[in-house]
Order: sequence, then C-alpha cells, then structure tokens
Amino acid sequence: MATLFDINLFALFGQLLVGLINGSFYALLSLGLAIIFGLLKIINFAQGAMYMLGAFIALLALKYMGINYWFALILVPLTVGLIGILMERFLIRPIANEDHLYSLLLTFGLALIIQGVFTHAFGSSGLSYAVPDALKGGTKLPFMYLPNYRAWIIIVSVLVCAGTWWMIEKTKLGAYLRAGTENPQLMQAFGINVPLIVTLTFGFGVALAGFAGVMAAPIYSVSPDMGSNILITVFAIVVIGGMGSIGGAIITGLGMGVVEGLTKYFYPEASNTVIFLVMVIVLLLKPAGLFGKEA
Amino acid sequence: MKRTNTSVLSTVVSGAIAATMICSAQAATDGQVKLGILADMGGTYADICGSGCVIAAEMAIEDFGGSVLGKPIEMVSADSQLKPDVASAIARKWVEDEGVDTIGGLVSSAVSGAVSKVNADSKNITLISGSASNSFTTKACNPYNVHWTYNVVALANGTVKPMVQAGKKKWFFITADYSFGHALEGMASKVINENGGEVLGNVRAPLGTTDFSSYILQAQASGADVVALANAGNDTVNALKAAAEFGLTEQMDVAGLLVFTPNAQAMDPATAGGMRLTSGFYWDMDDETRKWSKRFEQRHGAIPSMIHAGVYSVTTHYLNAVKTAGTDDSDIVMKTMKETKPSDFFARNATLRPDGRMVHDMLYVEIKKKEERKDKNDIYKIIKVIPGNEAYSPMLPQCNFS
Repeated sequence: MATLFDINLFALFGQLLVGLINGSFYALLSLGLAIIFGLLKIINFAQGAMYMLGAFIALLALKYMGINYWFALILVPLTVGLIGILMERFLIRPIANEDHLYSLLLTFGLALIIQGVFTHAFGSSGLSYAVPDALKGGTKLPFMYLPNYRAWIIIVSVLVCAGTWWMIEKTKLGAYLRAGTENPQLMQAFGINVPLIVTLTFGFGVALAGFAGVMAAPIYSVSPDMGSNILITVFAIVVIGGMGSIGGAIITGLGMGVVEGLTKYFYPEASNTVIFLVMVIVLLLKPAGLFGKEA
Repeated sequence: MKRTNTSVLSTVVSGAIAATMICSAQAATDGQVKLGILADMGGTYADICGSGCVIAAEMAIEDFGGSVLGKPIEMVSADSQLKPDVASAIARKWVEDEGVDTIGGLVSSAVSGAVSKVNADSKNITLISGSASNSFTTKACNPYNVHWTYNVVALANGTVKPMVQAGKKKWFFITADYSFGHALEGMASKVINENGGEVLGNVRAPLGTTDFSSYILQAQASGADVVALANAGNDTVNALKAAAEFGLTEQMDVAGLLVFTPNAQAMDPATAGGMRLTSGFYWDMDDETRKWSKRFEQRHGAIPSMIHAGVYSVTTHYLNAVKTAGTDDSDIVMKTMKETKPSDFFARNATLRPDGRMVHDMLYVEIKKKEERKDKNDIYKIIKVIPGNEAYSPMLPQCNFS
C-alpha cells in the first residue's frame, strides 16, 4: 500500500509540474490579451490568430530564410507586433468609439480570414518545427523526466510576465499608459500622445501572442487552427483573473494550468471544460474576477 | 379558438410529414446520373478529404468518359463542416430537390451516419470512403451503404495483431473522446485480448487536445509495452510529439492506429521513423498507383491519401455498374455493384460484400526514417500486404442484403 501511495504521489508531482508548465504558457498568452482587453477595452478575437501567425512565421523564416529559433524569438514578435499596429491603426481605430461588439466582430472576422488563408495555403494537417539543438534532451527528476524545452518555457514565461508586469505597474511609461486609458482627455491635455500609446500597447499585446507562438512551435503541431483552439480558454482565464488586472492574468494562467493538469489526471474527460466551470463559479461569487476591481 | 388553432397546426404538421415521406420514398430514377460529394473543406480533415475528394471524383468521371446512359454525368459538392446536422440537411436537399443519385466522400463517422440515414429513407446509395466506424456494415447497416477504403476492424487487425503476436502484450490507450475513438479502442482491445495480451489502462482525451503531456506521463507510469493512439489527425501528431519529448518513445512502442499520409508527413521523422501502421493505400506501391497518384498530385498539389484514392475507386465502380445495368435505379445498381468485382489501382483482390463492405488487400507499412527518405513524399515502406479476409471481420447475417 505504501509503495502504491508513493507511486501515486510521484505521479501527482509529475502532473503538478506539467500543469505548471502549461500554466506558464497560459500566463504568457493571457497576459497579451489582458493588456488589450483590460487596458484598451478592445475584445481582440484575433489574438489566437496572431499566436498561430507567430508559429507560422517562425517556421517559414527557418525554412526560407534560415532564421533560427533564437533570432525568431526576437524577430517574430516584432513582425507580429507590426501587423498588430497596422491592424489597430487602420481597422480598429476607425470604430474605436462604437460599441465593443464592433471590435469583437471585426477581430473575429479577421481571425477567420487569416485562419482560412493559412488552411488554404498550408493545409490543415499541421507542420513540424524542430526543438532547437541547445534545448534538446531532458533531465531525469525523481518523479518524472523533464524535457529541457519545457523547463525553458517556465523560465522564459516567468521572466517575460514579470518584466511586463513591472513595466506596466512600476515605470513611468506604464503610468502614462494606465492614465491614458483611464482618462484620455486629461492626458492629452498634458501633451501626451494618447492614440500613439494605444497603438503601441495594442502592438505589444499582439507581439506577446506572436512570442507565445514561437515558444509553442517546437512542442505543438504548427497548424492553422492552433490559435482558435486555445483562444476561448485564454479568454476564460482573463475573465477569471479579473479584467484589467495584469498580475491577475499571470497568476490565474499559472493556476488554471495546474487545475487543468490535475483534471487530466483524475478525470481526463472534463479537462477541456474545467476552466469554464471555474469561470462560472468565479463569476457567480465575484463578478469582477479574482483580482479585478469591483466597479 | 385555441382548439381550432391546435388542430390546424397539427394538420399542417402531419401534412408536412406526409409530404416529406412521399418525397423521400423515391430516388431519382431519371436516367440522369448525378453525384454529390460531401467533404470537409476547411476543418481538421480538410487535407485527407476536402477539395482532394472532389478532385478524385472529377478524375473518375473524366476517366470514365464523362457520360453514361447517353447523358453527361453531373456532380455537385459541398462542405459538411464535419457537422452531422449540416450534412443531413445538404443530403436531403440533394436527393429530394436536385436529383442526386449517390453521395460520396464522407469523412467523419458522425457525418456519414447522418447522410446514410437520409439516403436509406430515399433509397439513394451512400458511397462512404472517408469514415472509420464499422457500424455502417454492422449495427447501422442498410441495403444502400457502400463502405470503401478502410474501417476500425481493419486498422485493429492490421496494426495491433502483429504487435501482440510479436510479444508486445501490455497495452495502454490514449483515445480521442468521441464515437470514432471509442470504436477504435474497443476493436483494438478485443484484438489484444483475443491474442493473449492485456489492456492496462486508458485515458480519454478530448478531441482537439493540444497538450498531451499529462496523458504521456500517465502512459509512462502504466508500465505498458505499447502506447496506442486511438485518435486521428492533429491529435495523433501532437500526442506523438509529446511522447518523444518526454522520452516515452525510448521506453515503449507507440502505435498510431489511424495515420493518414498528410499526418505522417507532419510528424518528425526522427520520432515517427520505424512506427508501423495500417493503410488502405500507398501512392508509391507500384507503377499503377504511381501513375494515378502523379496525375492526382498535379491537380491537387499533394500526394493522395487513402481516402482520395478510395473516392476515385468507388466512383468508378459505381459508374461501371450504372453502365452495365443500363439504369440509375438504386436497387439494380447496388445489385450490379455487388456482383462485379471492383478492380483498379486501389482495389486489389477486392469484393463488395452483400453487407456493403468492400473487402480488399490492406497494407502494413512502416514510416521511413529520415535517412531512408528520398524526398518529402517518400514516407512509407511496405512491410506486407494483408489479405482482405484477414483484415476485415466476417459479414453479419442480419446485414446480408444480397
């Protein structure tokens, strides 16, 4: 019985760690969404498509231009961010003063178009992107085998998430941004170019999705529907964390990864619904989300 | 007043039902042959039976000469969106309003089941090429079903049996949590138990799972010899990726129970190389298959999956039967189809049984390692040909529609 218990405990540790890895992925994705959704009040349904775009650009850059993973980590978010900036400037800004529903429909339509074009061009079966040589292999832990690339995901996500949180909450630039979205007229009167800040913030949020796409390429099949599969889950995480709360999105992302991981162990059939169940409970008990400010 | 309304309503409803029944009781026996192709144009299965299925049917019509019974053969196609309700609405419109004689393509067992029901009511022939479930010739059999290409029985017999017989006795399943995955797991478990193996456990992963690492850890902890992937498409690719990443492929064998050529191409040869699986067709088998596949590739831009080849083969067999019978009457055409042996580059040593199951030679193949591949289309090595009667299960007496 003791051995059996030990084995179960070991298995549980493994599941917790795997959950944490997935959680750091969710944190990275929900962070970008939380910035756009929480600060700019734009419901960006194209965020999943941007994540997919990030993975595809990394793959194509490697195939046709020989740009390796490490350069892609920098170049791809910049490219995707630029696409985001163009999208905000020419598509979203003209309808910025309309109801939120307009931006939702616009970005949803965009996501469908992008996904459709990629399905047409590359097929639906997905393509594969190799794990970079330096991160191949893994470490044997007492309770599981930890691939180096997964460890790398945790480190990078934590660094990027903490850095972004620090930038928005603790720096002058972040203060401008928060003030600019809170009271644009006043900030404009102080001589701050608010539209520019909005555009750049949108670009940054989208760039984070592109970055997550590059991080995902070596471990998941790079396929046109990879973004739409994950988008709704990430939206749920942002809602659970509380709209507008950057820290909330990060912590909830990690937490939901663990919750999902444990569900996959105890009752796998429910693993793709458990996050929504948590969302319903949170919305019933605390409508503003776990870390959101009550209106 | 209320009572009158209700009775008016019920009259209208019963009238409508009666009208549908009258309409649906007859297939179009008008001497004009019209085919409908239902495929997944933009979803998960678009590569294995999307526009490629339409092209394959077009090629079959062209190669046949373009006309039969003195009239040009017509064809329509549509996107099933992998939704059974959408598929049955399209099928109903086709057979009731547009004079469609037979519906083919048909990927996803749920879609095929819905269409087969519509067609059986109106006595139209269903030419299933893309679906795996064996229910079309067992518990949901009807006189108008034709099931080509493959099914879960052939996959389980082809892939699982040789592995169990070679001493891989303990199995663990990672299964797609819907009807197809359950059917495949059930059939494979049966084969394992019959051959002296045992199933140690399973996990049911929701369709479209991206991260399989939790399931891989559970499979690793099971102590099995073989981890069987009872799923398809991107699920298989992602599961295999995670298996390699977590070192599972070094401790255990992984068996992909349903792998199509585009999926095999999407897998990393370093991890997929050496994996064995069952297929109904491989483009590079001999001169005949290569000749057809080259033509198909020129039009489609990719090598054919077994489903594409199956669509061509079943369409040709149907058209030949119409020509021989001299009519497009479903009952007579079905009888002729079952009496003549299908024979082309795809259908080898084939018969169409009275239950609608097309039994033909299946291929047991191995995915080539990177150093063995000449180019991107060079993916399988044929290990052996499995005779049809070993691959498929015998006909059930209640499905004998001779």
